Amino acid sequence: MTTKEKETRRSQQQDVEITGSEAVIRSLIAEGAEVIFGYPGGAIMPVYDALYDYRNALRHILTRHEQGAVHAAQGYARVTGKVGVCIATSGPGATNLMTGIADAQIDSTPLVCITGQVTSGLLGTDAFQESDVVGLSMPVTKWNFQITTPEDIPEAIAKAFYIAASGRPGPVLLDITKDAQFGKLKYKYAKCHKIRSYVPEYPVNKEKLAEAATLINGAKKPFLVFGQGIMLGEAERELKSFIDKTGIPAAWTLLGLSALNSDHPLNVGMLGMHGNYGPNIKTNECDLLIAVGMRFDDRVTGTLKTYAKQAKIIHIEIDPAEINKNVKTDVALLGDAKKILRLLTHIVSPNKHKEWVKEFKQAMAIEVKKVIHSDVYPTKPGLTMGEVVRRVSEYTKNKAVIVSDVGQHQMATARYSRFTQPRSHITSGGLGTMGFGLPAAIGAKLGEPNREVVVFAGDGGFQMTIQELGTIAQEKLGVKMVILNNHFLGMVRQWQELFFEKRYSFTEILSPDFVKVADAYGIPGNHVTDRDKLDDAIKVMFETEGPYLLEVNIEKDDNVFPMVPAGASVSDILLSPEDAVK
Amino acid sequence: MKQEYIISAYSENHIGLLNRITIIFTRRKVNIESLTVSESALKGISKFTIVVNETRDKVSNIVKQIDKQIEVLKAFYHTNEEMIFQEIALYKVPTAPLMESDQIEKLIRKHNARILEITPEYTVIEKTGHKEETQELFNGLNPFGVLQFIRSGRIAITRSPIEKLSEFLKERDALLAKIESKGKIAKV
Repeated sequence: MTTKEKETRRSQQQDVEITGSEAVIRSLIAEGAEVIFGYPGGAIMPVYDALYDYRNALRHILTRHEQGAVHAAQGYARVTGKVGVCIATSGPGATNLMTGIADAQIDSTPLVCITGQVTSGLLGTDAFQESDVVGLSMPVTKWNFQITTPEDIPEAIAKAFYIAASGRPGPVLLDITKDAQFGKLKYKYAKCHKIRSYVPEYPVNKEKLAEAATLINGAKKPFLVFGQGIMLGEAERELKSFIDKTGIPAAWTLLGLSALNSDHPLNVGMLGMHGNYGPNIKTNECDLLIAVGMRFDDRVTGTLKTYAKQAKIIHIEIDPAEINKNVKTDVALLGDAKKILRLLTHIVSPNKHKEWVKEFKQAMAIEVKKVIHSDVYPTKPGLTMGEVVRRVSEYTKNKAVIVSDVGQHQMATARYSRFTQPRSHITSGGLGTMGFGLPAAIGAKLGEPNREVVVFAGDGGFQMTIQELGTIAQEKLGVKMVILNNHFLGMVRQWQELFFEKRYSFTEILSPDFVKVADAYGIPGNHVTDRDKLDDAIKVMFETEGPYLLEVNIEKDDNVFPMVPAGASVSDILLSPEDAVK
Repeated sequence: MKQEYIISAYSENHIGLLNRITIIFTRRKVNIESLTVSESALKGISKFTIVVNETRDKVSNIVKQIDKQIEVLKAFYHTNEEMIFQEIALYKVPTAPLMESDQIEKLIRKHNARILEITPEYTVIEKTGHKEETQELFNGLNPFGVLQFIRSGRIAITRSPIEKLSEFLKERDALLAKIESKGKIAKV
């Protein structure tokens, strides 16, 4: 028996007296956690001490900052579909988690975050490293709870995992006081399957289903838009079957990317502010909009005043609070996307919608001519983000896990990477957290160790969590890092150029030589500035075993188009800056 | 159009839930006109009664957000017409004017109020009713010098013959019975 097996077996013993700390570790193992991310400190030290005896059964990744730990847990959760786990100490350790927790809340990522807390007798006394973590995290967690007695630990952890993963997933925080960690309990673990006050899923309403089918069968120009709900509900195959049978063109939100293969003939592209031309203009021309597992974010809809007003709207969604929140629906189908799509596929009539699909292809042809061609196959000197992203994607045969940070490169990554399997595109959507990319890639690599994991980041965002290079070096993680360096905070610079009279207020940013920084951590890397050296540089990056950093010099005026200006209608999408002037 | 709505939420008795519920209003910059929390007819289940002045759409969305909180069993909203509601007010007035004339006594009779305590210095009067009614008595007593005045949050019950909660709990039990592991409903 290996040490790992011995530890796992020991963790499964029931009815034994152990400390609260050990109960935390055993409960995590009982829930199937294999990798956790964290940073030790005073109030969480008993848990770290208990972890020492289980360090083979439960792999702990020491990040360089708690924000790195939570983003890594997010990346891990997003690629695996499992609950991501992170641990931090009280006070600053816990407050450093908040950005990632807020990010996970808005992007529906299942997380269990465990924070140490001062001894219960000191609560509310402004003790050293005390902060009101339950109060602070309340608006950004699906559920949180403070544990002050050791006996409550197993049950609270079981509930935490159940709540985080079920229904619409989200982050859960458990704040455990130091005395609860030190105290003893008779350990017994039972998974949570039910909570009286919580309904994660609703049975499908057959009448509404029939109403939806009637609308679908009668529609001349139906259009399906999907979000991350497809992957969260493991409904990728059901989505494909549904569009294959009905011939309905489908477009994705930023978080829905990779749920449907890029080369699927009915995949018509990305929605929203920097999405594709066709999906945006056709939103305001379709006669039926079928939204699946998406929440009509303002970056997707533009102004709601003119959004798909001509169309009937079907909304398939697991969270009742999303129904009619932003867009009024004609038929709301509450529940699990997988089941609803399967049932719908059974009862709808087969169709082709040839002419309608052709309209999307025509729109795409216009976009290729005006935008995509010069982004991906530029002839002007100076590299573009689009060509780098596409070359990298192609090198991996479109099989890599692609992680991005936030900004212009994020949009280029979403537009020009191609995907052949789900859960392969990881980015911070709702919160738009710069600094997300590098630590999320760490989690993604640990979740999918046998796949290539590439992170694209800008020079700004990379510097926000650059310290996680230390984690990559220490854990010898083969993350491929591509910095698209345009020497500016590019997205803000683009808005300044278009909407703030080219007043470039504090967007020019000095960066270190990233390759030298990587070298200081023992991570190999290279610079590229010339187009004719790009392919070789990419090849060397992937052929080098372990981590690698490629810094690519990008033209600063490489703006992201098309663009729906903030507050404009999706059908007023601009294809070029000249359109903006008009 | 903005109007008064009464939000009722039933929940498990859980520390911090009040905060979770109120931040839903704060985040949307909706003012809470009154708030009452107490144990319901069912042991261990708390009832929140919250009054807001808002549009129906906004109230509907807020109620869904309240419902979404893990420990909330169910949240409803009603217009004033759909509910019978009451508030309580306490008034402290000096005893001297009460002794000197029958005007305060007449006010108490007219408003169907009652006296809780009389001391040589002050008298405490209690009145239940709608806000306008308790306000009217306040306006009547004010010329005599109201020393202290306090009004409670609103409590309300529906006009329908059965408690919505018991109806709801039955449905919830049936729904939960369908849920199997990982929070999924097995059969459709």
